[in-house]
Amino acid sequence: MGEHLIKTPDVGEGIAEAELVEWHVKPGDLVREDMILASVMTDKATVEIPSPIAGKVLWLGAEVGDKIAIGGPLIRLEVAGEGNVAAGGAAPVAPRKEPPKAEAPKPAPKAAAPEQPAPRAEKPKAAAASRPTPGLRTSGPPRPPGEKPLASPAVRLKAREAGADLRRIRGTGPAGRITHEDLEAWLSGAGEPEGGGSRLVANTAVEEVKVIGLRRKIAEKMALSKSRIPHITYVEEVDVTALEELRESLNRTKGPDRPKLTVIPFLMRAMVRAIADQPQLNAIFDDEAGIVRRHGGVHIGIAAQTPAGLVVPVVRHAEARDLWDCAVEMNRVAEAAKAGTATREELSGSTITISSLGALGGIVSTPVINHPEVAIIGVNKMAVRPVWNGSAFAPRKIMNLSSSFDHRVIDGWDAATFVQRLRALLETPALLFMEA
Amino acid sequence: MLKPMSCKLLVIGAGPGGYVCAIRAGQLGIDTVVVEALRPGGTCLNIGCIPSKALIHAAEVFEAAKAAAEANNPLGISASAPVLNLAKTVEWKDGIVARLTGGVTGLMKKAGVKYVSGTARFENGETVIVATDMGEQEIHAENIVIATGSVPVEIPSLPFGERIISSKEALKLSEPPERLVVVGGGYIGLELGTAYAKLGSQVTVVEAAPRILPLYDAELSAPVARRLARLGVEVLTSTKALGLSPDGASLRVESEETARSLPADRILVAVGRKPNFEGLGLEELAIDMEGRHIRVDDRCRTAMRGVYAIGDATGEPMLAHRAMAQGEMVAEIVAGHKRAWDKQAIPAVCFTDPEIVSVGLGPEEARASGREIKTALFPFAANGRAMTLQSEEGFVRVVARADNHLILGIQAVGAGVSELASGFGLALEMGARLEDLAATIHAHPTMGEAVPEAALRALGKALHV
Repeated sequence: MGEHLIKTPDVGEGIAEAELVEWHVKPGDLVREDMILASVMTDKATVEIPSPIAGKVLWLGAEVGDKIAIGGPLIRLEVAGEGNVAAGGAAPVAPRKEPPKAEAPKPAPKAAAPEQPAPRAEKPKAAAASRPTPGLRTSGPPRPPGEKPLASPAVRLKAREAGADLRRIRGTGPAGRITHEDLEAWLSGAGEPEGGGSRLVANTAVEEVKVIGLRRKIAEKMALSKSRIPHITYVEEVDVTALEELRESLNRTKGPDRPKLTVIPFLMRAMVRAIADQPQLNAIFDDEAGIVRRHGGVHIGIAAQTPAGLVVPVVRHAEARDLWDCAVEMNRVAEAAKAGTATREELSGSTITISSLGALGGIVSTPVINHPEVAIIGVNKMAVRPVWNGSAFAPRKIMNLSSSFDHRVIDGWDAATFVQRLRALLETPALLFMEA
Repeated sequence: MLKPMSCKLLVIGAGPGGYVCAIRAGQLGIDTVVVEALRPGGTCLNIGCIPSKALIHAAEVFEAAKAAAEANNPLGISASAPVLNLAKTVEWKDGIVARLTGGVTGLMKKAGVKYVSGTARFENGETVIVATDMGEQEIHAENIVIATGSVPVEIPSLPFGERIISSKEALKLSEPPERLVVVGGGYIGLELGTAYAKLGSQVTVVEAAPRILPLYDAELSAPVARRLARLGVEVLTSTKALGLSPDGASLRVESEETARSLPADRILVAVGRKPNFEGLGLEELAIDMEGRHIRVDDRCRTAMRGVYAIGDATGEPMLAHRAMAQGEMVAEIVAGHKRAWDKQAIPAVCFTDPEIVSVGLGPEEARASGREIKTALFPFAANGRAMTLQSEEGFVRVVARADNHLILGIQAVGAGVSELASGFGLALEMGARLEDLAATIHAHPTMGEAVPEAALRALGKALHV
């Protein structure tokens, strides 16, 4: 029997550290070769780390949410044969770094060299159900509907005599048990809820949700964008009646091998056209270097909701794709993102972004620029509205575009010109297909 | 015609529900009268719980003496074969009953309760006529508690008589019947059937359901079935009792496969109990019924103002301790205290061999309530004390919610486990969780050590299995 140390593998070019988002094993588990040990998140993609060897998990090198260094110790296994860690000594690896963000002093393993990382205490996962939530001693979580209050006979009697309805009192005890203290607090008026005779109870529960993984990425990205970029948002309405007729006609007559068209591929083509006139909109602003890099290729990010949160898969080189190709590629990367199988390349490298919530699009939105890009086009909900055509109101299909621009490098004039150009292209969709 | 009486509280029936109600009421200074047609203590003290336990104990001692008389008994005891004088046993049992009923009488007297011996009949919701030895006694009461208990259910084709008996007669036989057929494989039939098997009767149990003790789950009843087999008790399940054979000496029974005639010196019919309202004149009152029993609310109030009902008169579970708790509650309500029925659990004990105790929900009931549960049992085969008692059959089982480990039920089967019921009940009333049971030190060496072990096992960290 020996110990085998698995180091955090290189999960992407130029990445020095990754965030641990999930352990798939715990100490004591037996793992087979190629079994997934952990998931780490790099820039955007989640990478699963398989085990190169069979063995028993002895030690985990980080907590979920920790940043772990590439090449740093990830996990130790007990394996048949010698292993790669000298018995009782340090692993024969280059200067050992303590696991990043190591927690407060841990007990050293017996007979271990001092520099050996200490084993982590077993995760308190199993005890989660029984662990009282810290900081909530004054009031327990509300009882789920239909559940009877839980209290000892003495508490029940005291409540009965005091005319207190236990159903209205929250329990801070184990399993939500109403304690004498809870009852006293309620009777003295300190307890909550008050509410004159109402069965409704105030919910003062606070659930702590660790912002990790994709959520942390989103949070960082949004904060970066909003703090660095002075946004200018411009909203214009677009009459898409003609576009809709065309779209419906194409969908009706399309071959079975072609995808159903939404408005987005049309918008993508319109953006390609407008960018040809205004290349400054399809750019990456390296504000530290003071350089705007205008890209020839139009790589359109498509903001997509996934179960884990917002991701932005990228349709690369939209300028080289026709309408159908845009639609096919958009569907492909969006599906991959939703399924969590998108590669790092498919989730990065966009030069301009579309944000669309479809039927949830609302009237106006204020999209946040996908830093370090300089423009984002937001698509609002389409609706039939009465439009004055000079002599009468006519029912027209109207859709707003809410777009934000980096005001440091895009003037309002340029922004408005760009959106007006998009509008003209979308209102007269034949223009999309005219050779320039 | 005696001079009419009036009181604040009239309790009809001095069984465990009625006498407890009367004592507590008297203690609280309420002017209380209790009416009893037979003897104080009701079925429980006179012809139920207590005398049957006395008989069961005598049978166990006799059985132990027989075991000791066996040539190669493992304890190394030599003794000659014991001889039973059942008449003497019954006399001893009657002595216990007399002491207890005397005690109840004394307690009621001490509490200032007036005792009227006779049969009560409702005149209206505030007036009762009692037929006493000295004539009719009219009693007016502001509050009346119906605590008339229950009687054995009779099978029409097997009317009680000389050969066909109820549990009441089975407790005062002068000698064990040579061949005893028990109709009904519930707890009463099995308790008495087992006792007589140990006292020397050839016992056959006839049960209509597919297994004995149908009100307990199969896991709990299995050790009892095994023990009955070892005692030589024949158990006929899925079998119906039809009636006596033409000569009256056998019981005709029928199952899907076969029809048989079981020769019997006595036939004990124990197929359940029904509330006893005979001659009470309930029809005079605007009281709502629910099947055979009186419908009551959480304060044991009937549909009629000032009329309460407690105990077996209010239906299942027909258990003395439930009646007592109801009686105490009603007395306090009449005294103006704020009370309501809020018990979490009513323990049920079965004095079979081995004993069964069940408090709260079993695994299936808990699952049926739509909950995710954790359940585990700890076998007495792994308990040292059980080995020293030669009683390794059985186990303790816990049932808890999977999410917060709140204990929903605890059951046990094994020798003497009825005494564990108190701890089980306390755990449920206090809202204990598995961790509470597991972290309570239980004395070593006792059978109760199986309780924290079962909880530990449910938590996935048992020590001794």
